[in-house]
This record gives sequence, structure tokens and C-alpha cells, in this order.
Amino acid sequence: MKSLKPITRIAVGLSALALISAYFVPLWQILMWAPQYPEGLEMKIWINTLTGDVRTISALNHYIGMKTIEVSMFPEFGYMIYLVGAIIGIGLLAAITNKRFMLLAYLSVILLAGVGALVDFYLWGYDYGHNLNPEAPIKIEGMSYQPPLIGTKVLLNFTAFSGPDIGGWIFIGIGVLLGGLVFYEWRKSK
Amino acid sequence: MKSVVLLLGVASAFMFYSCKPKGPQSAIVGDAASKVYVAPGKYDEFYNIVSGGFNGQMSVYGIPSGRLFKILPVFSVFPESGYGYSEETKPMLNTSHGFVPWDDLHHIALSVTKGEHDGRWAFGNANNTPRVARINLKTFKTEEILELPNSGGNHSSPFITENSEYIVAGTRFSVPVGDKRDVPISTYKENFKGTISFIKIDPITGRMNIGFQLRTPGVNFDLSRAGKGPSHGWFFFSCYNTEQAYTLLEVNATQKDKDFIMAVNWKKAEEYIAQGKGEKVKAKYAHNLLDEGTHMATSEMMTEVLQLDPTILKDIIYFIPCPKSPHGCDTDPTGEYIVASGKLAAIIPVFSFTKIQAAIAAKDFEGEFAGIPVIKYESALHGEVKRPGLGPLHTEFDEKGNAYTSFFVSSEIVKWNVKSLEVLDRVPTYYSIGHLCVPGGPTSKPHGKYVIAYNKITKDRYLPTGPELTQSAQLYDISGDKMQLLLDFPTTGEPHYAEAIPASLIAPNSTKIFKIEENNHPYVARGEKESKVVRKGNEVHVYMTAIRSHLTPDNIEGIKMGDVVYFHVTNLEQDWDVPHGFAVKGAANAEILIMPGETQTLKWTPDEVGVVPFYCTDFCSALHQEMQGYARVSPAGSNVPLKFSTGVVEETGSK
Repeated sequence: MKSLKPITRIAVGLSALALISAYFVPLWQILMWAPQYPEGLEMKIWINTLTGDVRTISALNHYIGMKTIEVSMFPEFGYMIYLVGAIIGIGLLAAITNKRFMLLAYLSVILLAGVGALVDFYLWGYDYGHNLNPEAPIKIEGMSYQPPLIGTKVLLNFTAFSGPDIGGWIFIGIGVLLGGLVFYEWRKSK
Repeated sequence: MKSVVLLLGVASAFMFYSCKPKGPQSAIVGDAASKVYVAPGKYDEFYNIVSGGFNGQMSVYGIPSGRLFKILPVFSVFPESGYGYSEETKPMLNTSHGFVPWDDLHHIALSVTKGEHDGRWAFGNANNTPRVARINLKTFKTEEILELPNSGGNHSSPFITENSEYIVAGTRFSVPVGDKRDVPISTYKENFKGTISFIKIDPITGRMNIGFQLRTPGVNFDLSRAGKGPSHGWFFFSCYNTEQAYTLLEVNATQKDKDFIMAVNWKKAEEYIAQGKGEKVKAKYAHNLLDEGTHMATSEMMTEVLQLDPTILKDIIYFIPCPKSPHGCDTDPTGEYIVASGKLAAIIPVFSFTKIQAAIAAKDFEGEFAGIPVIKYESALHGEVKRPGLGPLHTEFDEKGNAYTSFFVSSEIVKWNVKSLEVLDRVPTYYSIGHLCVPGGPTSKPHGKYVIAYNKITKDRYLPTGPELTQSAQLYDISGDKMQLLLDFPTTGEPHYAEAIPASLIAPNSTKIFKIEENNHPYVARGEKESKVVRKGNEVHVYMTAIRSHLTPDNIEGIKMGDVVYFHVTNLEQDWDVPHGFAVKGAANAEILIMPGETQTLKWTPDEVGVVPFYCTDFCSALHQEMQGYARVSPAGSNVPLKFSTGVVEETGSK
């Protein structure tokens, strides 16, 4: 089995260490603006919690029958700390074992985690936007309120934006970096 | 390669962040400043009579400048002028519950003749302890307050008929009425009733009395407008909570797809009354009236009210289904169209008076609600304004056949054509508009030109002043095809509805002074020679005069502990804008402001022995600061004689 180039090995090790930041910075953000909220409202998704104007957002959304957003709604917050821990472990293992297939495994896990997170977020958003309280004061025929997966969407008087926060960008950056490293390793070895 | 991917990532991140909506900075176009600039010494074109909401008052602004001229005390005490503190004004705030110092004034109605503003009176409603008030637009004083019996809160009021025959009052809260009032709240459906009061206005004096009350099913009445032109003789009310919920109305009163607009044929009600079919019902309510001759208000407790039961006396009331908790209910200048705004609806239904009449004639009913026929929605409908915005509340009209509807949720004013129902233009408001006002907007002949937005949320519009902010209003030019933002001005209290009227209808008639020879106050001193101090048991009455720059008498002795002192201060000035004020040290009371030729009374109960200063509080002259005096308070049982003077210097002062 082939070993990694020294520079790759260092980069892989450092990237795994950089992922530790996921425990200290928000991963994802949802921003909202409305005519009466020119200053905007934000919700930050962390590895194990939510912060920002969550209460205000829930108070507004209850008019159209959306659920109150609470940390307990998300089982993800229970296991994400272990999931990210495992990814960091695999990354460090790749650096220690110095094997090319471990680099591949590390990249695959990161890509899987990214895709999985988006799918999971989409499913939650679908339920949150469609599964509305039938007793809601405001019911507009044909309207559903699924938040955007990534990007911007107008929902009634709100413009909502969804996208990565610092932690998410670090993940994306590491994904790009690992892709580059794989490309570099295989080209060099030809 | 890697760097290209990274760059793409950064670029896309940047794009995400640049999606923030456009701010209001871009909203001003053209020369807005010159359109609202009223040069020094020049006057505004319109008076804007604005409800004060929770301050219980009205305020008077100039349009287009947005300048505040006056806070006009109506339902709340106002220590600044002594309203509710002086003996003359206390009776004005009397109710069946006794003296009530505060209320919540939501709506304004200006008197009209043949559907047009006549500049005589302004009316306002008290939402909390149900009352209506009449303000004389010559003196800008509250002249009359009438309490409403059998009501649990007066919101859909004081809207006015085409010739000021009536103003109305409808119950915001239905409550148990009559003898059976101690009932479980859960018996709402069987025991709770609403009433609609038609308050007759005397065409000469403006004096109010309850012409009749209609008993209605227990629902919440929200807003109303009189018919005009062809629909004169009818009145339209929006009602919500036809679910008849008594708890968590936020959910329980918003379940039905449709509530009602209630159409009232008040001419028919008058016919029944003429036939003696009204029922006199015992009631207790206060009727308070200011006498301009004596400058005193008196309060009379009324004991009965005439009621009609529309479930028995047919053809007075009809219901028209209306989507989702209708709020605004506005008739257009022609009187043919009734615009109803379901505040949770995604459309605005516009009803046609002709179609309503045809439906009634053809008995085109879908059923009954609590014994009242319900007209089929489609049979009454002129059409719907499709996708106009979110949270429609109120509609005003211009002279060109257009309607302007306020949208709370989407925070905008939408202009649309009443006949074609086509949306023509929209402008944002800052933020979450409630009521709006086009000069003459509710009349048969709107003056147009501007629309004013009265907003519910202020946030960042002005310099912050802690958690509690001023309220925000915007002025828009509507003379062109597109509405144009001109001005953003702060307002006081919490304005709800407002009316604007050309200054030319009010300014020339404005009272400058009260004639002293017409002052019939029982304690008037029409000149300094009539000033005196009179003891009646433990009451000491001071007949005091005020003229630049002294009070007569200004030395008073012989007041004793246990006395109650009444300072009846007459302002002898007969010159424009020379009010005097009066205040006494330690008085558990406010000041009084006395207009030229007027008498006002400050009650004072001395609480310690000594010499107590009093002075003029309104800067009246160069020697205003010299306008002062002393009252000597001696112990109870002291033999100091009653004595008063001005300008008398005694060489040996001590006694």
C-alpha cells in the first residue's frame, strides 16, 4: 500500500485538527428579513444547539401554523458531537497510518457527512414548512413555507436566506483541500 | 485548480450575503423636501386630527409639514391644562363607574353635511370604558362625553352618517346584559349580547343622545362606515369572532373561513321607533356636557335607553359573509361599494350596495345566524382584489375612483381601482401600517393629494429613546400615478384612525378669546373689583382675577387647617394668546390654564400651617415672574380674620 507524500500527511493531520473548531463555531445560518425587520433575524446552527433570534422566529411563524423551534426537536444535536469526533479520528488516523486509502476514506466520510447533513436539513425543512397547524390564524391556500436549503427564498413578507456559517465553511474548505490532495497524490504517483 | 474552487466558494458566499433587501434610502425620489416645506409664517394646507390611542387624547398636526400643534385632552386627564383636575372639567370624566381618568381613543369622525366636511365637530371613541366624545372645532375643546350602556368596549365608533344625523357605537366585547349578568363565562353563546348604539346628533348644537340601541348576537364588532349617496340610510359593520369564542381568541376566533359584514338599515329602525316598537330598557350611563357660558361641565346620570330587537323586528339587520376576521369596512365616495378587509385574508372583497339590495329583495339568503338572515357571499359581491398584499386593514379613497388599502403584515399601502379592482401601485411603510388617511377620504368628496400612514412599529426610524419609542408616520404624495414618499414624522400617543380637513374649513372660525361679559361662571370675577374671598363653613372660595402681571387678591389670610380652598381664577385678558396659569405649592392637584375671559377652579386642601406661595405658570408678560402671591394657613381654631388684598402694604406686618 502506498504512503502519502510528507506534505499531504501534514495537511491531512492539520485538517483533522482544524475540524475541532466545529465544536466552537456555528456551522450553518438562517437569516431573515421583513419590512418590519430591516435589521434582520438570524438563527445559528451549532454542533449541539441553536442560537440567535429563535424565539422571535417561532413567535412570528406560529401565525401560519409552524412549529415552535426548539433544540429538543433535533435528535441530531445528540449525536453530531460523536459524528464529528469520528471524522476527526479518521483524519488523524490517516495522518498517523500514512496510507493513501485512509486519505480516500477520510474524504469519503467528509463528503458523506456533508450530503447527509443537507438531506437531513431538507427533510426537516420540508416537514417544518408543510406540516402546519390546521388551527393557524393565517391560512393561505396553496402556500407552504419550506425554508430554502441553500440560498434565498421569499416567503410571504419574509426573505429567508440559508447557508453555511464559519464551521460549515471550514468543512467545505477541508473537503476541497482533501479533494485537491487526492488529485495531487494520484497524479504524482503516475 | 484548487484556488479556482476556493475562489468560487468565496464568490458564492459573497453573493449569498448581498441578498439583503433594498433599504429605504432609495425610496425618496425628486424634490420631496420642497413639497413638505411650509415656510416660516406660512400655514399648512390641512389640519390632521389624529387619535391618540392609549393616551386617550386627540392630537392636531399640520399637513404637509407633519408639525404637531396641539394635544387635545378628551378621555384622559391632562395636568398641563388642568383637564380632569379643575373643578370645571372633572365632571367631564364622570361615568357610571365614577371618575375614570384614562381611556383609549381609537377613531375620529369629523362632522359632515351632504357627505362633505363641514368643519364643525370632531368625534372620538373611548374603547375601554365605552364612551363617545364631541369636540368643538372652534375652541378645540371637549364639549360633551356620552357613556354607552350595555357595552363591553366601544371600538367600531364614532363613524358618522352623511348629514351627521348619527354617530355609532358597537360593542368590541359582547357581555351579559340586563338582569342576568352574573353568569359563567362559558355561557357566552346563550348569555352574551352585543349592542349597536345610534347616537343622535342635534344639527344645531351638536348635542348627543342615544337615539336607539340594536340588540345583536354576541360577536365582536370591529369597524364601521355609514352608507352615502344611494346607500344613505344604511350602516355597515365588520364583525369577527362569529365563532363566539371566549378564550384564546387568537386561535379560537380565527377558525371560520368567513365572518360577517353586518348591514344595518337605520331608516327602517327609525320607522319601527315611530311606530312605537322600541322597548325602553333601564340603564345607567353618564352624559357630561360643557356649558360654554359658565365654562363648567356637568354630569347627568341617565336611567334608560330605547332598544330594538332585530330578530323580532325584521329587515333592520342582514349579515354578509366576509373572509377571515374582517377589520376595515369602508364605503367608497359614491356609496355603491363597501370594501371589507379580512385581516387574515389573501384577497379584498368589495361588496356592491345595489347587489345587496337585489339579494335582500330576492331573499337570496344562505341561511340565518342567530336569527338574522345571511346574504349569499357571491350575491353581494362586486368582486375581489386578488393578491393585493398581506394583512389588509383599512381603506381610504381619493377623488379619482381609487382606493388605498393599508397592509400590516407586508407593511405597505396598495393603490387599486375600485371599479376594475386592478392593483395600480404599492409603496412600503415604516413599519407595519395600521390606519391610513387621505384628506376627506371617508367623505363623498375626498380632497385627495396625500395619503398618511400611521404605523405600529417604529424601530430605527428616529434617534432611539430607550425601549419606548415615538410612533412613526409617513406622508405620501398621491397626486400622480405613482405614490411618492415625502416625509417621515413622529407622532404622539399611539395613533389609530385620523382625518384630515382643509385648513380653510376650520382656521377662519377658530375662537381667539372668550368674551368676559358672556362669562356666567357662578364664581366669576368680571373685574378686579369683583374679586373677593368668601367663607362657607370650612370652604374658602377665592374669586381671583388674573391680568398682566398680577393676581387679585395676592395676599390671603384667615385660611385654617381643615379648610378646603377653591381658587376660582378668572382671566381678565381680552387679547389673543394671553392665557394665565395658576399653581399652589404642595397642592395635590395639577395646574390650571385659564384662557382669556375664562374662569377655572383649582381645589386645594392645605396640609400644614405656614405661608404658601402661588403663581402664574404660563409665561404671560415681561413681568410674568412677578405674578405671584401668598396664602397664610393658620392652625385650626385660630382667630386670624379672613383678609385679602393686592397692592396693600402694611407697615407693621406682624400679628
